[in-house]
Amino acid sequence: MSETQAQMSMNENDGNKLVYKTNGLNLWYGENHALKDIQLHVVENEVTAIIGPSGCGKSTYIKTLNRMIELIPGVKTTGEILYRGRNILDKTYPVEELRTKVGMVFQKPNPFPKSIYENVVYGPRIHGIRDKKILDQIVEKSLRGAAIWDEVKDRLQTNAYGLSGGQQQRLCIARCMAIEPDVILMDEPTSALDPISTLKVEELLQELKKNFSIIIVTHNMQQAARISDKTAFFLNGEVIEFTKTSKIFSNPSDKRTEDYITGRFG
Amino acid sequence: MKLIDHSKVLNHMKPRLSFNVFFRFLFLLATLFGLLVLGILLYRIISEGFPYFDLHFFQSLPSRHPEQAGVYTALIGSIWLMAVVAPVSLILGVGTAIFLEEYAKKNAITTFIQINISNLAGVPSIVFGLLGLTVFVRALALGSSVLAAGLTMSLLVLPVIIVASQEAIRSVPKELRQASYGLGATKWQTILRVVLPAAIPGILTGGILALSRAIGETAPLVVLGLPLFLAFLPRTVFDIFTVLPMQIFNWTSRPQEEFRALAAAGIMVLLILLLLLNTIAVLIRNKYQRRY
Amino acid sequence: MADEPLKNHSIQDLISQKFKKRQSGFSFERIVPILLFLTALISVLTTIGIVLTLIFETITFFTRVSIVEFLTAKRWFPFSETHGSYGILPLVSGTLKVTGIAILVAVPIGIASAVYLSEYASEKSRRIIKPILEVLAGIPTIVYGYFALTFVTPILRSVMPGLEIFNALSPGIVIGIMIIPMIASLSEDAMSSVPNSIREGALGLGSTKFELALKIVLPSALSGIIASIVLAVSRAIGETMIVTVAGGSTPTLSWDVTRSIQTMTAYIVQVSQGDVGYGTTVYYSIYAVGMTLFLFTLIMNFIAQFVSRRFREEY
Ligand SMILES: Nc1ncnc2c1ncn2[C@@H]1O[C@H](COP(=O)(O)OP(=O)(O)OP(=O)(O)O)[C@@H](O)[C@H]1O
Ligand SMILES: [Mg+2]
Repeated sequence: MSETQAQMSMNENDGNKLVYKTNGLNLWYGENHALKDIQLHVVENEVTAIIGPSGCGKSTYIKTLNRMIELIPGVKTTGEILYRGRNILDKTYPVEELRTKVGMVFQKPNPFPKSIYENVVYGPRIHGIRDKKILDQIVEKSLRGAAIWDEVKDRLQTNAYGLSGGQQQRLCIARCMAIEPDVILMDEPTSALDPISTLKVEELLQELKKNFSIIIVTHNMQQAARISDKTAFFLNGEVIEFTKTSKIFSNPSDKRTEDYITGRFG
Repeated sequence: MKLIDHSKVLNHMKPRLSFNVFFRFLFLLATLFGLLVLGILLYRIISEGFPYFDLHFFQSLPSRHPEQAGVYTALIGSIWLMAVVAPVSLILGVGTAIFLEEYAKKNAITTFIQINISNLAGVPSIVFGLLGLTVFVRALALGSSVLAAGLTMSLLVLPVIIVASQEAIRSVPKELRQASYGLGATKWQTILRVVLPAAIPGILTGGILALSRAIGETAPLVVLGLPLFLAFLPRTVFDIFTVLPMQIFNWTSRPQEEFRALAAAGIMVLLILLLLLNTIAVLIRNKYQRRY
Repeated sequence: MADEPLKNHSIQDLISQKFKKRQSGFSFERIVPILLFLTALISVLTTIGIVLTLIFETITFFTRVSIVEFLTAKRWFPFSETHGSYGILPLVSGTLKVTGIAILVAVPIGIASAVYLSEYASEKSRRIIKPILEVLAGIPTIVYGYFALTFVTPILRSVMPGLEIFNALSPGIVIGIMIIPMIASLSEDAMSSVPNSIREGALGLGSTKFELALKIVLPSALSGIIASIVLAVSRAIGETMIVTVAGGSTPTLSWDVTRSIQTMTAYIVQVSQGDVGYGTTVYYSIYAVGMTLFLFTLIMNFIAQFVSRRFREEY
């Protein structure tokens, strides 16, 4: 995507605040150039979907947004990612601070081997909240927010591994919401779930976007069309097209986007 | 409604990050502690023992006069011990491993044997000494001989070899076995010609580990009544003998400085022997690793 | 021609002839499993041998010394025909003192090393450090005994003037050093088996690595860590040469770690070294002590197995 296009999509939302500005981001796994000159801006309280064929760099990009990518040895980056105006790729930016503001929900549910209650209060606790009353409130609010409260309210002290996959994923969303982040990153959050659980999570996203900015990677085109405000199409580590979801699915400007969306490849 | 005060969270961030740095440093120190001790230990032994560590030390019999004393009988004794332990423990250990991995059905008896082996590995070595004293030294009247000591040590290191061989055999790819069966080979042919050759690096590594353990052990041999020093060599496996650790023990227990230094020189010989064995193990592993 | 020798017999013929031979008469296929079973039996016989030896000789011992005296008397003084006293407690206290000190040294250092290796160290430094630690575990115990007596004891005596030449402190510390690799390595295995997805979950919430280690990894790996400690305790209880060389030979029932002691193992060595006649009470006493020692370590091993089986985490 060209500079001007990025500028355009920004200007369309002049009144809204930008959460993330990605400028000329390149990323290498050793020799493998996985992200090429990415330009992408994320607007507050919107759902931004990232689509594209397998291996195009979606997970890589979303993991760069909270620097989870650093866990992989041999990763190099150039360019900048401004989060609320500060470059997060700058090593002096503490990752811990970034990740309290930018929560993440993973592809496979990954609750801690602890009780449901302990899972939710883990984040608030490490951030220094000890007051039992406040913690209880946080648990209820987060679990309600993740639309799982009614299912688990009577067994908060039981192990989270006893929940179904879909429940575990919603618990992970609640765990993420408990620290009241600014942005939530989601990497194919429904790919390990059955259709009913998927539906629940999707409904949830519509609620969540009132309070959070959401960036979601998905393989499911209908899902992207249903839930997102903007969509970015990635191909071979490049952003091919990034614009309003309604536009990209009805009238894509790039031939490759059209081919992908209509299922001609990928 | 916000339940979390993000300015407080930010204030809390600094101490957390410093905690992390501090503990990271502490954990690193703990890790380096082990390495440091190893360094000091080796330095101490070499600096103390070096003055006595010469050809004369290798060629001489033990003596009351420190400057004349040597490790000749003890070193040769250790080699005799290895000559008994290596074949006995390998045959018993590999045999057991083959039985458990290839022949035994998964029933109560094999589970029992398996649990028994892991418990045997946890029995203190000195208790094996008591077994050897009763069975080999007294009941079979072997005395404090090479054979009695060798058999006792073989039983002691048996679990090490069994476990290593089991792992080695288990890691031989199924396809290799099936290829052999597919050609009409019998079970034993398959084991002998396909499974064992493929498992040899693992088995030998385990065997050398076990042998290292056997030549470093002292406690069970004291119980068997091996002499602390001896001025002649064994001629057959039925003769009395002594080994390096016994000689080191003897020298260490003496109050005079000179004998302590001799002990250090003796330890150098023992450590070199161990180093040689382990180098062989590494070489074997490297040589065979390229094949897959 | 290559197939000249096969004129009369095809390869298949040769094989079927061989096959018939194999089925009749002496057959490896039938005898080998029996031979292998016999070798497997040896390990069982070894256990039975140990148990029977200890039981029979201990029973002989108890025909001469009452079991009540053995378990309750507060003095261990076997080398007197007339005033002999066989109370195991002083030897047990010697063993427990040394073991306690060893555990105090080894558990914090071992677990801290495990955390460093599994949570902080890069793959490369882990591959260098782990084998070196394992060298520490492979050094013969007599070498550690020499180290305790000639290095650690003098240093301790220079800072603690009241320390006797033979004491519980020095061998305790050195045994602790010896079992560090055991705790570090087994605990690290347990921690490494905590799946990375769980680590990502914690880091994604803004945990520091320290919080991740303390609040997520350690609790999840707890059963493996406890098992490693119990095994280390068992190892320390059975350790012989370090305490023989540096601990002394004075069985005393006390909690003083600065004085000369005697452990169960060191007593067995002392008797074996001396010229105690076969069949004397002292001779049988080493089996009774050995039995006690064996039971201690057996219980520890069972606990370790129970802990790691009962509380194994299923992720
Ligand atoms: N840990 C890694 N080390 C090296 N290369 C990697 C690593 N992870 C991903 N890659 C490479 O980076 C590129 C992008 O991978 P990424 O996981 O971001 O793709 P993706 O779009 O998320 O695909 P999928 O839809 O299958 O999840 C691929 O070529 C992949 O091979
Ligand atoms: Mg992906």
